[in-house]
Amino acid sequence: MSLARVSGGSVLRTRSRLRRVLIEVSSLVLVVALLVWSLTPVYNMLLIALDPDEGDIEFEGIIWPPNPSLHSFHAVVTQGYWLVEDFWRQFGNSFFIGLMTMFLTVLIGSLASFALGRTRLRQSWLLANAPLVTYAVPTSFLVIPFTRLMASYDLSNTLWAIVAANVTFAAPYAILILRQYATLIPIELDQAAWVDGASPVQVYRRIYLPLMTPALAAVGTFALLLAWNEYVYQYVLLSSTRNMTVAVAIAQFFNSDEAPLNYMMAAALIYSLPPIVIFYALRRYMAAGLTRGALKG
Amino acid sequence: MNGTSVIDVGRRPAIRRRTLSRSLRGGLKGGEYTWAVAFVVPYIAVFLTFVAYPVVYGLWMGSEASLYRELFADPIYQSTVVNTILYLALGVNVKMFLALLLSGFFMRPGWWMKALLLIFVLPWAVPQISTFISIHWMLNGEWGFLNNVLYALFHIEGPSWLNDRWSALGAVIVSHIWKWTPFWTLILLAGRMAIPLEISDSAKVDGATGMRGFVHITFPLLANLYLICTLLSTIFLLGDFNAVNFVSGGGPANSTHVLATLGIRNAFEIAQPRLGVAAVMSALPLVIPLVIILMRKLRTSEVQI
Repeated sequence: MSLARVSGGSVLRTRSRLRRVLIEVSSLVLVVALLVWSLTPVYNMLLIALDPDEGDIEFEGIIWPPNPSLHSFHAVVTQGYWLVEDFWRQFGNSFFIGLMTMFLTVLIGSLASFALGRTRLRQSWLLANAPLVTYAVPTSFLVIPFTRLMASYDLSNTLWAIVAANVTFAAPYAILILRQYATLIPIELDQAAWVDGASPVQVYRRIYLPLMTPALAAVGTFALLLAWNEYVYQYVLLSSTRNMTVAVAIAQFFNSDEAPLNYMMAAALIYSLPPIVIFYALRRYMAAGLTRGALKG
Repeated sequence: MNGTSVIDVGRRPAIRRRTLSRSLRGGLKGGEYTWAVAFVVPYIAVFLTFVAYPVVYGLWMGSEASLYRELFADPIYQSTVVNTILYLALGVNVKMFLALLLSGFFMRPGWWMKALLLIFVLPWAVPQISTFISIHWMLNGEWGFLNNVLYALFHIEGPSWLNDRWSALGAVIVSHIWKWTPFWTLILLAGRMAIPLEISDSAKVDGATGMRGFVHITFPLLANLYLICTLLSTIFLLGDFNAVNFVSGGGPANSTHVLATLGIRNAFEIAQPRLGVAAVMSALPLVIPLVIILMRKLRTSEVQI
């Protein structure tokens, strides 16, 4: 473009217009490719779930559902097959784990970030680094000793064991994000409250929590999504059907040979709905939480 | 509000510090420290019970040298190490590079770019287990969606993707890239957006547009963030169980395991927990330096995820 401006030749001008058209066309191609890339596995779930047949399914040559039916969704929702007979209970278990993880992560994370970021504990190098250490221990590496410990605490096959594992991995992230976000809140506000004789609990409740709401929402959503995506700990720790989560139930489907695929995919799709809804509903908060901390200094 | 006076004094640091320390000591009678400790206690408890103790326990479980002799002699373990290296090298770098390019693409203005971004992040929002199972069936040799599309469009009979070690491993890597590129794109996009407009504008005036602007302006500013993302992503990927477990299942014939899935297979499927811990622990020579570099980077640059 700068060349065209300098010389002003018509050949160069056409060339620059050609270049612009090329850029537009190639970005359109990229857009289509991205859409296909992002949506194909999700579409494949829908394709299988909409198939009306139970049992063996022949998908030979099919790339769209020839006679779509909601039969499989109906079967899952009404628990009309032995592998989904506890579906709603398992769904409730998943929700319990997700909500508890969210609540405890926000609670523990906000308390710790308050103490580490806004009181004299700031100078404590060890405390400030402990979250980072956890952050760096790969999740599935801890699972074997963790399982042993849960057995010795008598917590195997309980939902609380899963909540504990999730909080362990979500809390460090929460503390990092919250401490970063807290630097945006002037410390003078706290000082004013101290001067007025407020107790630390009051400063935490009346000043810190209200001003931190966007970051708390981001961190809570993150914890919920982490819990919803987690599988290893649930697989290893939960054994009875009634204490299972949807993730384990779907995996059981996956591992059994005669299970109807359309039921499995219907269950997987229903399981996918809550995080998608939460994600899109709270994406503004998520973005705030991510961007505020993404590049500082 | 009384607070205004404190804020005013805040312009003179020396005086502020005296006022503050007096107010803390006077107002709270030294109780602040106790409270601060009480606030961290829940996290310390979580850390000690669920991180420190299991780590020590794990180290103890995997402390026998004979375990490692047994492990290294296992041909499954040998192929697992190769798989893990390939998974890390390709999975992390291809994904991060794509995320870097796409984050630049998503900087374009317009509502339809925003709409596209919303669809683009869908893989990240959908639970892993659902999508990885879907990808598994998509790659079925007889009736999988991929082969059906190949046949419908080009009349090609596709192979059984998951019955060959290399294509199965490739499928796992591509699935990982599919799942996590959106997340890292968002992070890098946030990083790009944090670059002050004046910098990129003045760079444009000076003729640094397109590729040159990227090499001389954008990338140097993003380099630190990119490095931290790469380190974090390596650590996350090393612990990743779901992609391998659901896309290839470690098969065919245990040829596509990575350390995380092999550790869990050894511990829970063939009931040799110590061997499982040993498999996992053999990654420590890689993990420890990574963690040290990451901690340094995170502390010095204040960049965080």
